[in-house]
Amino acid sequence: MRIELVKRPQRSKLFAAISPFLAFLLTLLAGALLFAILGKDPILTLYTYFVEPLTEVWSLHELAIKAAPLILIAVGLSVCFLSNNWNIGAEGQFTIGAITGAIIPLYFPEWNSFAVLPLMLVMGALGGAAYAAIPAVLKARFNTNEILTSLMLVYVAQLFLDWLVRGPWRDPAAMSFPQAPAFPSWAILPELFPSSGRANWGIVFAVVAAVAVWFLLKKTLKGFEVRVIGQSPRAGRFGGFSTAKTIIFAFLLSGALAGLAGISEVSGAIGRLQPVISPGYGFAAIIVAFLGRLNPLGIIAAGLVLALSYLGGEAAQIAVGVTDKTVRAFQGMLLFFVLACDTLILYRIRFVRTAVSPAKEVSYGHG
Amino acid sequence: MGAQPGLGEANLLEVRGLTKIFGTLTACDHVDLTVRKGEIHALLGENGAGKSTLVKMLFGSLEPNAGEILWDGNPVRIPNPSAARRLGIGMVFQHFSLFDALTAAENIALSLQNDTPIATIAAKASALSHAYGLPLDPFALVGDLSVGERQRIEIIRCLLQTPQLIILDEPTSVLTPQEADKLFETLDRLRSEGKSILYISHRLEEVKRMCDAATVLRHGKVVGHCDPRQETAASLARMMVGNEVQAVVREPVSESERGPVLLEIRNLSRQPATPFSIPLRSINLRVRAGEVIGIAGVAGNGQGEFFEAVSGEVMQTDAASVRIRGKDAGRLSISGRRRMGAAFVPEERLGHGAAPRMRLSENLLLSRHATDGQAFVGSGGVVKAGAIDAAAQRIIQAMDVRKSARDPEASALSGGNLQKFIVGRELDRRPSVLVVNQPTWGVDAGAAAKIRQALIGLARAGSAVLVISQDLDELFEISDAIAVMHNGELSQPLPIAEATYEKIGLLMGGAEPGHALHATEPA
Repeated sequence: MRIELVKRPQRSKLFAAISPFLAFLLTLLAGALLFAILGKDPILTLYTYFVEPLTEVWSLHELAIKAAPLILIAVGLSVCFLSNNWNIGAEGQFTIGAITGAIIPLYFPEWNSFAVLPLMLVMGALGGAAYAAIPAVLKARFNTNEILTSLMLVYVAQLFLDWLVRGPWRDPAAMSFPQAPAFPSWAILPELFPSSGRANWGIVFAVVAAVAVWFLLKKTLKGFEVRVIGQSPRAGRFGGFSTAKTIIFAFLLSGALAGLAGISEVSGAIGRLQPVISPGYGFAAIIVAFLGRLNPLGIIAAGLVLALSYLGGEAAQIAVGVTDKTVRAFQGMLLFFVLACDTLILYRIRFVRTAVSPAKEVSYGHG
Repeated sequence: MGAQPGLGEANLLEVRGLTKIFGTLTACDHVDLTVRKGEIHALLGENGAGKSTLVKMLFGSLEPNAGEILWDGNPVRIPNPSAARRLGIGMVFQHFSLFDALTAAENIALSLQNDTPIATIAAKASALSHAYGLPLDPFALVGDLSVGERQRIEIIRCLLQTPQLIILDEPTSVLTPQEADKLFETLDRLRSEGKSILYISHRLEEVKRMCDAATVLRHGKVVGHCDPRQETAASLARMMVGNEVQAVVREPVSESERGPVLLEIRNLSRQPATPFSIPLRSINLRVRAGEVIGIAGVAGNGQGEFFEAVSGEVMQTDAASVRIRGKDAGRLSISGRRRMGAAFVPEERLGHGAAPRMRLSENLLLSRHATDGQAFVGSGGVVKAGAIDAAAQRIIQAMDVRKSARDPEASALSGGNLQKFIVGRELDRRPSVLVVNQPTWGVDAGAAAKIRQALIGLARAGSAVLVISQDLDELFEISDAIAVMHNGELSQPLPIAEATYEKIGLLMGGAEPGHALHATEPA
């Protein structure tokens, strides 16, 4: 018995549209099964995970805080993935963005000006873009595999941050805690509605970026170039577009957005540099990008869903007592089901018997 | 066997009501076909008529939805190709499945699925190649062989399984006329041994010459069984197409009507990009306003490399090696050459000339964004969707592109209709230089005639048209002069009045003294 994937002659428009929802539903079912096996009440746990965080205003603010970096990063990744560039290193670009953005508040803490925050954001974006330029140039110039290079650079960035906050940038006043000094007030990303919760301008950046990139992809020649090169590189070259330039463009854009997410997170939700500044936003954003069907507007919705899984994970840890690892399990299942649904829309499964049984062969010769 | 003995013309294969449905398309609709022993049977039809589908069902690659197959009078089911081989059905595909880096014998061994030593296979292959007049060195690397020689490997690979029925899919489409003659001798010998051959072709002359019977398919249905020797090429064409194909009209141009040289290639050379691609060896060519120059040649003699170099997909170091409208263009990109007034149509439609999953309007933008920037792209790089859509609809109308939706994805169109759009997309610009590679490859007769007439029309309106094609009939129909590309070298163009099939065929085989010298050079 062999299993084959056979290309479907036609794609179902209906299933293509509901695929993300189907994937989410399947994730919930699989999650319920998982909790049942763990001996928890599946209904209660799922409620804690996916409904309870939506019932309070403050937790909606938390949702926006978690969704902002996911959306920002995933929007950039959608440009990469559409152009067939597999940037897996957004987590590293996020980290470097946070580091370069923190240079001004750490070295010029006395500088009180409205210019500080915008400059920090720009430097964060530039840092992320510069870090993404490494795998981009390697790919464009030497045809290296960007999946490996960008992923490996994540660990370099994380260890660099770790060294910084334990070494040169450690706050002398923080006893022996490995953390940098807190940002001065001019360097803090303001909250949107301080009276009701913590949500800051990060979510605004995310939505603006999503709309801008959507416009770029759908309405401009540059977006057309990105899509053609991604779908059909030879046709793209025939059209006069350069594959190398597209690689650089896609990586720089996604690196800049990841870097912006990094500095926004540090200057907003956290307020200082510390050894760990992300619960894996750069990797979860890959799921967000695919769940949002690589469409920046879809990514806004997908980012909120993934943010909910982080929040719900924290709540479920407290209320039901499941481990925080279930969050990763949920995200993994979600990506698995999204990809599986998308694959089954394009292909159908066929079971093939490997050997023709002798009984079949009798059908000729003795006819 | 099971068939009536004593009858000289027993049926080897009988197909009754064979039907194959893909979604909403009935590719084969109750097809009947009878192949007798010792017969060469032609399967005729335009592209998309269902020939390939029918043959795939006979070879076990596709399962029919209905109908039955009788082999030697007994009903059989053919679930996969190995079952077909066990029955005694062998197939030589149009596109070879050979590994360039392996020898002929190793390639044959790969398909045999047992542990026969290579030496035994080589010996058997040699014996067969002598017996059937198919000279072949079993230890030659496939990458070094010509297309005709590669086809011989496929045929010998097929004969090693001692089939009773051999299916040949468009075997002469890759051969020179002389190589085709050799193939016909081999087929004659096989027929005299009582083997049957199912011969798929759309070349009517060779079908008339070779085949004992013919079955004609149109839109998946059998429209007739006939004896091709009793028919004329025109009557066969009428059966295939359904109505008379309008003949292409080519008014000869006098010397005075030809204008200045618009496209000039000077000493164009190119190193091979991969170990198996062909180097270009100092090519010279001038195409003047008002004329169509054809470049003939067997596939894989450097035509693809030449097209890439002329179009600017690959740039040259010497700016003067390609000149467009009297100006150096060798160091310009494809967009730069387009801006000078040149237009290009590559051989591959899907994935090169057009992005398969993009709409026709988007594919219009693909090749026109540089030259029609004003019309199609506004300030800030915003694409003017309305203008592009209107232009796409204009081209669709002008070229009679048949499609199912207003602006479908390129891959949703049939090959012929997509090609009409791709050619129309360039004609719509009225380019002063047009370079086309295989303008009607795989295109049905009606669409091909339309495209050819449009190419002549463009030239007569004052443009220079360069057509690269493996279809000699096409080149004779539309060209004012024909040059031949062999082993990366281009012959002098022969004016159409002096060109004959024989002369061109000899050049295609590398017969010109200058070619023979280069042919022995190590690659």
